[in-house]
Amino acid sequence: MFGDFTAVNRISFDVQKGEIFGFLGANGAGKTTAIKMLIGLLSPTSGEGHVAGLDINTESEEIKKIIGYMSQRFSLYDDLTVKENIRFYGGIYGLKSDVLRKKYVEILEKVGLQESLNSLVGSLPLGWKQKLAFSISLLHNPKIVFLDEPTGGVDPLTRRQFWEMIYKASEDGITVFVTTHYMDEAEYCDRVSIMVDGNIAALDTPEELKKSFSAKSIEEVFIKLARGAENDDG
Amino acid sequence: MNQVVEISDISKTFEHVQALQNITFEVEKGELFGLIGTDGAGKTTLFRILTTLLLPDSGRATVLGRDAVNEFRQLRPLLGYMPGRFSLYQDLTVEENIQFFASVFGTTLETNYDLVKPIYSQLEPFRDRLAGALSGGMKQKLALSCALIHKPELLILDEPTTGVDAVSRKEFWEMLHHLKQQGITIIASTPYMDEASQCDRVALIQNGKILKISTPDDVAKSFSSTLYGIKSKQRFRLIQTLREYQFAKSVHPFGESVHYADRRGKPDTDELLNYLKGRGIEDATIQMIESTIEDTFMELMEEDSNG
Repeated sequence: MFGDFTAVNRISFDVQKGEIFGFLGANGAGKTTAIKMLIGLLSPTSGEGHVAGLDINTESEEIKKIIGYMSQRFSLYDDLTVKENIRFYGGIYGLKSDVLRKKYVEILEKVGLQESLNSLVGSLPLGWKQKLAFSISLLHNPKIVFLDEPTGGVDPLTRRQFWEMIYKASEDGITVFVTTHYMDEAEYCDRVSIMVDGNIAALDTPEELKKSFSAKSIEEVFIKLARGAENDDG
Repeated sequence: MNQVVEISDISKTFEHVQALQNITFEVEKGELFGLIGTDGAGKTTLFRILTTLLLPDSGRATVLGRDAVNEFRQLRPLLGYMPGRFSLYQDLTVEENIQFFASVFGTTLETNYDLVKPIYSQLEPFRDRLAGALSGGMKQKLALSCALIHKPELLILDEPTTGVDAVSRKEFWEMLHHLKQQGITIIASTPYMDEASQCDRVALIQNGKILKISTPDDVAKSFSSTLYGIKSKQRFRLIQTLREYQFAKSVHPFGESVHYADRRGKPDTDELLNYLKGRGIEDATIQMIESTIEDTFMELMEEDSNG
């Protein structure tokens, strides 16, 4: 709760290991608040939660070590090079320098940035930056990675390359928790939850959601649910 | 005068980056014109030239009959511009912001209230709230109100819906249609392909070049091959396996299906399904589908980057 405003109201859900879990909601529906509670940046007013078996009320410092987080607005330092960003984040997570050296190669290959190791991150196109930020969020082999609108404004080809990286992470057993405003991307998730006014209004596989709302697409489901919302602002 | 914007052979370079290369196009009066491209394509540079905020290296831009370089003073009051980054005053309230923008253009909120009413009335319950405390969708509505308050003849909107949820995006475009009916010419850029289909005409822009200009329908239909939608529960494996198929031309995930084009034009669908079965994908179904703007755009992008 913020003042008299309940941002997230008694939500309950489970996410399975290796699952790609889509976390949808209108602007101001409470997505960011919920994510901040899960990654240990904010304590819930009431209720409990576990992330990879750790308690969000009492073990938030431990949680931070086993999760990766990438936000749309801020993820990398524009005035550092690609290499310096990797080294910086590797340092934060206590990676040894020989491990880091391997990681440079691995990440650059994965993202296709072999020639840009010494380029400033600020000079890269947005899509590359986002792919790089995602790889860096996986540096310390987290069990869960939280991606907050990773593909906003990214071109359609790079958006799809990004999703293939998500599929790969999921195949490797990493749980992916992702928010997006692109409703076609919601269809790429194993399950999708839709938040409206701080509540989870729907949660199921994309296929079942479409069936139960007699909708052709997740976008239709989303608009049906969010248009009914009272809290038009946040 | 029927052409609101006439751009001819505009180029602009920043240090080593050629932001715009010989761009030429026209926008007609009353048109809702979409500039479709992604981050770094050159959309913002083009908008800054149109709004007299940046000088082109070469070429000519005439906007509302005025030269964008030599007649910028006469031109500015006729333009409404909504930059991509939220550029209102976060520490002023909703009402203070709109009154400030009105006063800069020598008008008042009351004078042009009718024009902004459909949008601004939704913000009035929050008129005393600081702009910085609004949600994304509300910020965009306020920015649009401020860009409109002096009754411009041409409205230029730089990615007005990036980061905005699907419902607010829909409402925002409904407002644009309403403004178009009032005779305002609108140029809007967007990375969302579904918004492109709502424009009268669109220009696809990539690496500072225009790849195509036409109606949304025509762009969608100009995809070069027959397109198929293939579905399977094992989607990731389906994508990988299709890419390895010897006749695959393009393979892209699209919501619940994978869009597939074949190098032979029309594939032998039975053979393709057998190939998938042989690789362990037994539940695949295939169906001929109509191409969308996004299919065409990705095809043109791939051609462009392959030289």
